[in-house]
Amino acid sequence: MSMDYIASQLFNGLASGAFYALLALGLSVIFGTLRIINFAHGAMYMLGAFATYYGAQYLHLNFFVALILAPLVVALLGMLFEALLLRRLQGADPVYGLLFTFAATLVVVNLVRLVAGAMGSPYNIPDALSGATNLGFTLYPTYKLFVIVVSVIVCGLIWWFVERSMTGARIRAATENPVLVRALGINTRRLVTLTFGLGVAIAALAGVLAAPTTNVAPSMGDDIIIYTFAIVVIGGLGSITGSILMGFALGVLQTLGAVYYPPIATTLIFIVMVAVIALRPSGLFGRPELS
Amino acid sequence: MDRRLWILLGIVGLVALALPKLIYPIVAIDILCFALFAVALDLLFGFAGLLSFGQAMFWGGSGYVVAILVQNLHFDGAVALGAGVLYAAVLATLVGVLVVRRSGIYFAMITLAIAQIEYFVAVQLKDLTGGENGLPMDSRGSFFGVHLSNDTAFYFVTLAIVALCVWIIIRVVGSPFGTVLRAIRQNETRTIALGYQVNRFKLATFVLSGVLCGLAGGLYALGNRLAGLEMIDWHTSGAVVMMAILGGSGTIVGPIIGAGIYQVIEYFVSKTAIGQETDLVMGLVFAVCILAFRQGIAGGVLLIPWRKTST
Repeated sequence: MSMDYIASQLFNGLASGAFYALLALGLSVIFGTLRIINFAHGAMYMLGAFATYYGAQYLHLNFFVALILAPLVVALLGMLFEALLLRRLQGADPVYGLLFTFAATLVVVNLVRLVAGAMGSPYNIPDALSGATNLGFTLYPTYKLFVIVVSVIVCGLIWWFVERSMTGARIRAATENPVLVRALGINTRRLVTLTFGLGVAIAALAGVLAAPTTNVAPSMGDDIIIYTFAIVVIGGLGSITGSILMGFALGVLQTLGAVYYPPIATTLIFIVMVAVIALRPSGLFGRPELS
Repeated sequence: MDRRLWILLGIVGLVALALPKLIYPIVAIDILCFALFAVALDLLFGFAGLLSFGQAMFWGGSGYVVAILVQNLHFDGAVALGAGVLYAAVLATLVGVLVVRRSGIYFAMITLAIAQIEYFVAVQLKDLTGGENGLPMDSRGSFFGVHLSNDTAFYFVTLAIVALCVWIIIRVVGSPFGTVLRAIRQNETRTIALGYQVNRFKLATFVLSGVLCGLAGGLYALGNRLAGLEMIDWHTSGAVVMMAILGGSGTIVGPIIGAGIYQVIEYFVSKTAIGQETDLVMGLVFAVCILAFRQGIAGGVLLIPWRKTST
């Protein structure tokens, strides 16, 4: 096995890690504020891809417009969902949030299947990003590089926003002590809804990026959501840094693992999760009191 | 157990006796198996407060063990069922040791992820499991020499087994052991402070639940003469959670009713124009249930006024 081959596999790993990182990040942003795990995250990822596909089909929207517009549209749906329905579960045991978003997943996925059919449709890579780029040691698909770059930039921005910006500080404060933050004149309800929207938008963005690489099908979020759960557990529930780093790291590990032993590809992330919860139950970056 | 629940259980028992006359015996067998599956899951959720989103690993894993032994190795059906239960017991012990240290959402997420390991292993072991096609059985095998190819006969054997298991669960929940479980659910820290080895109680419950899920899955595979990937799929883990909560978590009789209603709704929806997407209806029903009547059907029955008892 040549080094060039390994290096290009490394990039493949980063490309799949780019999706994991975005999804895990969105899940963590939502968990950080609402203290619930959004089971519907995979469905929202799927909606992002479908918004891109239908946007191109009926409105002739180009990919780069969809990259901005689709996350906004799906986030709007997500915020409505949060404000009208999910909000009613405030104060209930957080597992009911998981169960309710699970029910929402069934409804959304099956509705889309009813409308679009189960088979799914292909979405072409935009012309500007097709072809390959010379990385010096190998030719590598331009589109995958684009995915990696977008994911790194978005993850960086969101990390800065939540951990370093003033609004981020308010969000974190609203999680720690909502009553006190409200007393300071901050509308925590709006903050919660907007944060949920942000998390959903990141999932939908991952869906847009996925549209040209996979078949756009109603079931596309089914498997990836559980990998994302495992990654969030490995990174530490609620840790933004952990989610991003572990997203990329496990994408790489999964791809390289499959190079040496192909059947391991589907289970390696779960096996790592088992090892992590055995040795470090709160995850690699987690704070014990949250889990 | 509350007297209203005993009455409900009596009604359920009468319905169960008449069931094979009311609907297709195979559907009746499915309802019984899912009823046991849901009660077993709810032993964890309703009494120990642990929501497992991966119980399909015991149900489906045991189903495959039974199918492989009966079909490929021509084992006696009852022996195969025992092997399926043994598999579930071993798996539940291994997984349980790992997961009982966690609770809440964390518990749900890791049980879900661990169940996926079994799912993907089953996908890869195509020669053994039949992959996407599943593993059909030519017959149910003999049960200690008696053939149960007649669906109604198999139904009543299953009914006897399920009734025995439900009785065991009622005894367990009513025992001091069950009281400790409720204490853990209500206030884990205080239960630890009282000197209980909380994790041991959780592990014992997890294993008992896994064993009963395995028994239910083995019976289901025998009943349908098929073990398939959808038995391990996370949708199945989710479906059984829906059954337990719809029927009324923590009431024992509730999950049985939930399983019946779920199967009946699914059966009728599958006859309509949206028959391919029964999960759409189930998702809607469950969403309404979570928002509006989290106590479920049996929990609703408990709201019916009844003369005060001394508890």
